[in-house]
Amino acid sequence: MIYWKLLWSFLQVGLFSFGGGYGILPVIQQQVVSENHWLTLKEFTDVVTISQMTPGPIALNAATFVGTKLAGPLGAVVATLGCSLPTAILALIIGHYYYKYRDMSLVKGVFEGLRPAIVSLIATAGLSILFLAFFNTETFQIHTLPNIDWKAVVIFGACLLIQRWKKTDPIYIMLGSGAVGVIAYLVL
Amino acid sequence: MVKDFQFYKKLFLSTFSVSAFTFGGGYVIVPLMKKKFVEDLHWIDENEMLDIVAISQSLPGPMVVDASVLIGYRLAGIPGAAVTLLSTLLPPFVILSVISLFYQAFRTNPVVNAVLKGMQAGIAAIIADVVLSDGLKICKSKNTLSILIMAASFIAVYFLNISVILVILICGVFGGVTTVIRNRKGGKKA
Repeated sequence: MIYWKLLWSFLQVGLFSFGGGYGILPVIQQQVVSENHWLTLKEFTDVVTISQMTPGPIALNAATFVGTKLAGPLGAVVATLGCSLPTAILALIIGHYYYKYRDMSLVKGVFEGLRPAIVSLIATAGLSILFLAFFNTETFQIHTLPNIDWKAVVIFGACLLIQRWKKTDPIYIMLGSGAVGVIAYLVL
Repeated sequence: MVKDFQFYKKLFLSTFSVSAFTFGGGYVIVPLMKKKFVEDLHWIDENEMLDIVAISQSLPGPMVVDASVLIGYRLAGIPGAAVTLLSTLLPPFVILSVISLFYQAFRTNPVVNAVLKGMQAGIAAIIADVVLSDGLKICKSKNTLSILIMAASFIAVYFLNISVILVILICGVFGGVTTVIRNRKGGKKA
């Protein structure tokens, strides 16, 4: 039955995609393109592109897209649950122990060691997005320097200033920068 | 905290809006959740937010799902986790269901592309803001060990392409070991 197949495939996507971001693409590709032939490579590339244009993790977006295509809304529900329930249950278990033992000095020490690293991880992800916005590539390369997108630089600078001074809800920054994007890239 | 209907409504709407704005990769949830749960609602503190990110990053599957479940569980147990899981899954589900009907037109639409281009710069700014706030706080704490961990893990992930999971593992073990050593020293003095 197709529902079982969808569930099984996306269970694997949910359980074997570590690290997040683009690292999980090969896992999804293997399930939906190579093994089950549910999508062509071209369709899979489209899903990745749409994921970049819509909110939500790529795995969940792919689950909805593939599920809908194969078995309608119910298929999408099955695939979505398949890739989120195992990790949700794991999060519950780990969360339970974290909140039970987080006042223990050893656990405290572990997380004190982790926090500065997490800030750095957020920084590396932020830099990739920054370079994508400024140079259209995820890493800095000297030869792309002349192609710098000055409009993006101005939007970035303005947003950062507003955010640091006004401490607004980041959602407003996102909505605002999207609106400014229309003016900057279509009107000007 | 009274867990009435109003509480669950707030919990649902907060995680729903975070999920609906998770553009550009999982880490955008950090500024979004920090604003909602730490600064506005005061439901969790800053360090706990980073701990939740650390746990979510170490688990398989989408980070936003793990982080939402952890926050829901922390605030209202299993029912809370169920509410936040549902509210996190709904936005991408609804949006993709609709868009999959006409995705070719959506993909090539110039207005959509201009909005996204602008948003990319905005997202980079809100992430930069969070990194600046948290990073400066760590530098100001004058805790040499924390500053070293921050610098070393940045170099490891950004320049040396070392796996994120490995970096988390090493930093966690390092934090644990230094605590044990510090406790032993403290114990001898006392």
